[in-house]
Amino acid sequence: MSSTSIVLPDQQTATMPKRSYLNSSYGLKSWLLTLDHKRIAILYLITTVFFFMIGGTAAALIRLNLLTPGGELMSADTYNKVFSIHGLIMVFFFLVPIAPAVLGNFCIPLMIGAKDVAFPRLNLTSWYLFVAGGLLELYTIIWGGIDTGWTFTTPLSTHYVNTHVISGAMGIFVAGFSSILTGLNFIVTIHRLRAPGMTWFRLPLFIWSYYATSIIFVLATPVIAIALALVMLERFTGIGVFDPAKGGDPLLFQHLFWFYSHPAVYVMILPGMGVMSEVVACFSRKRVFGYTAVGFSSVAIAVFSFFVWAHHMFIMGISNYSALVFSLMTMLVAVPSAIKIFNWSSTLYKGSISFDTPILYAFSFIGLFTIGGLTGVFLAALGMNIHLTETYFIVAHFHYVMVGGMVSAVMAGLHFWWPKITGRMYPEMLGRLAASILFIGFNLTFFPQFILGYMGMPRRYHAYPPEFQILNVLSTAGASVLAIGYILPGIYLLWSLKYGKIAGSNPWRAPGLEWQVQSPPLEENFIETPVVDFEAYDFEWLAKHENEVQTVG
Amino acid sequence: MDSQVIATQPTSAHGEHGHSPHLRHHFATVAQQREAASFGMWLFLLTEIMFFGGMFTAYLIYRNWYYPAFVAGSHWMIMWAGTLNTTVLICSSFTMAMGVYSAEMRNRKALLRYLFITLCFGIVFLGIKAYEWHDEWEHHHVPGLNFSINDFTHVDQRYPQDKPLAPDMAEKTQAYFSLYFMLTGVHALHMLVGVSILVVLLFHAWRGAYTTGHMTTIENFGLYWHFVDIVWIFLFPLLYLISRHQ
Ligand code: HEM
Ligand SMILES: [Cu+2]
Repeated sequence: MSSTSIVLPDQQTATMPKRSYLNSSYGLKSWLLTLDHKRIAILYLITTVFFFMIGGTAAALIRLNLLTPGGELMSADTYNKVFSIHGLIMVFFFLVPIAPAVLGNFCIPLMIGAKDVAFPRLNLTSWYLFVAGGLLELYTIIWGGIDTGWTFTTPLSTHYVNTHVISGAMGIFVAGFSSILTGLNFIVTIHRLRAPGMTWFRLPLFIWSYYATSIIFVLATPVIAIALALVMLERFTGIGVFDPAKGGDPLLFQHLFWFYSHPAVYVMILPGMGVMSEVVACFSRKRVFGYTAVGFSSVAIAVFSFFVWAHHMFIMGISNYSALVFSLMTMLVAVPSAIKIFNWSSTLYKGSISFDTPILYAFSFIGLFTIGGLTGVFLAALGMNIHLTETYFIVAHFHYVMVGGMVSAVMAGLHFWWPKITGRMYPEMLGRLAASILFIGFNLTFFPQFILGYMGMPRRYHAYPPEFQILNVLSTAGASVLAIGYILPGIYLLWSLKYGKIAGSNPWRAPGLEWQVQSPPLEENFIETPVVDFEAYDFEWLAKHENEVQTVG
Repeated sequence: MDSQVIATQPTSAHGEHGHSPHLRHHFATVAQQREAASFGMWLFLLTEIMFFGGMFTAYLIYRNWYYPAFVAGSHWMIMWAGTLNTTVLICSSFTMAMGVYSAEMRNRKALLRYLFITLCFGIVFLGIKAYEWHDEWEHHHVPGLNFSINDFTHVDQRYPQDKPLAPDMAEKTQAYFSLYFMLTGVHALHMLVGVSILVVLLFHAWRGAYTTGHMTTIENFGLYWHFVDIVWIFLFPLLYLISRHQ
């Protein structure tokens, strides 16, 4: 299916390098105590995929329950717990960490020509904090669950529910420090460890968007940490920061929570945008159109994202004037996102596109994120918002951006860098098949939810009026297709670890620095510090140096 | 297959700094490593500002809403203790700065002395703070666990011109005390962490570390200590000195 003008290198002749980060040392201990950013990335990959499976199981239960209007499968209480677990796990233990901590950890030092991140020990500490938080969350789930939703709404969470709010919040509190430290590490790495000649405007756009993500991590995460600490203490000792009887105000919790959580939704998209830039450039063999615009729009998104949080609170009793301002700001934040979409489309335009799995996922991203982002603008309009808020329209909106956008991008990135990470190719045909299944399954699952929401079906209820059943059945059917779309890559990626074709150092003929070293890379990444004398996405430069690779053995 | 596509730096460039034993393998030069560490520390302090920022925001809002309750609450602070603690912390910041200076001067004895004094100041601060908390517990001023509005619905002997609060405003003093305990509690937690790290630093310094030219750790700890100090400089007027000018 690949277009005629570009031929990928012949992999028959590629060999596995003798020495690489994967075989530099053996044994469980060498993994659990590793300071190598690439190994830490793999640790994160394993843990986040584990949490994805838990979150996915919860999702399956939700959809099964909604197959019938009466919600026969679960009681209302159980249903509340299941959707809370789904949201908490998917947001805090899958989507927030997966792209920064897996792809970021693996790629950032390689892309900027560094041997490691600035603070390798801190990097490992972050992983342990993440695991500790995850264990607390698992404890919460196993010993009775939590049913506040992922939003910990007060006074529900502080006064009314009898579930394990404290341990659940504690898990996120602890895992939050992992995000903070990862963000801090990336910022310092990007500032201080760039190879000689790697100027800011020679950086791959991937780095720009991870830089923006890290800013959000560093500035926003502490705020949710303190908000959750206050919730835990209010529940535990009865201090009254959010309790009206004691002079507190529950609305303050909403402000603090969304001050983090809105920027956090951009944590759940910006890294995906970074992956998009790499994939789109590589598979259309062109420099990303408007490099500076795409780079600065990442930063703009990060900055704007701090000034829109109250759009989650339009019906909660904020003043009309602040509603007006926040509505306007929210519409503005869509602009830098749109800039990116336009620029990628322009990059694709007249490019020599080869239709391999990563670019198929990138196409999904462009389509689905656009729908998700535009419905966000609907929601930002105050009148529309009153009608649509707390309905399935919201659910569809954020799944289009988070799953359709971000998870597609993560899949694109995972397939794109898989040869670099493991040294082996995944089976291309199955990859394309899975990407198509995902696209179909996704739309079948979530498009009906826009209609349901518009018709007025509220979110977070375990039963619904019978007239909504057809669309719900469609959605559940779609979810089953979606599940296949996730299980399939899970299987063939594992399979490829052993049986995949040997990839060689640069199977995509991509121009990034990470592709100019052997795959899998050496533990120290580069034999000697590289000096960068070429621009990002410089395919002509690449053509001159086609067969030269830094490897050992 | 060992030709190279990317230009590389000759390895000799690495040799210039004479391979300091403190240089971690992924940094090219000691200066780079040092810059990275202090940059990381500043970023960390930025996250701390955001962390305290949430509570300061709450303070700002509630103080505006329930000003009389905040005044009444702050009148129960023990002034001498707060003032003394402020002095102690400012002094400790001075000794800490002297500690960093001594490390720079490679003076092990002075470093040990100043770190030790700083440690003592830190412990004194925590002691006085604990005394105050105990006092507040005795007076039933701890929201949630041990609270009564009695003190606020009657005229306080020390402030005879104050009017007693109406019962619903008196309830709001709990917002003041909640924030008081959160802010001073989180601050004290930072002090506790600081004191513990100081013990470790003292031990290393005693064995001769930090005075051989590699003093990034001491420098960064100094930044942390000053930061915690500055937080207190904000807490003191905000919690103790409301309406003192009247
Ligand atoms: C592109 C511009 C975007 C705009 C204008 C926008 C706008 C909005 C608005 C106004 C709401 C509030 C709806 C309500 O509760 O009444 C909302 C909810 C939400 N958005 Fe977006 N959004 C955008 C992008 C994103 C992205 C990129 C993500 C995540 C990757 C995201 C995730 C969410 C989530 C999770 C919620 C629901 C939170 C909850 O109540 O549980 N949004 N969005
Ligand atoms: Cu938002």
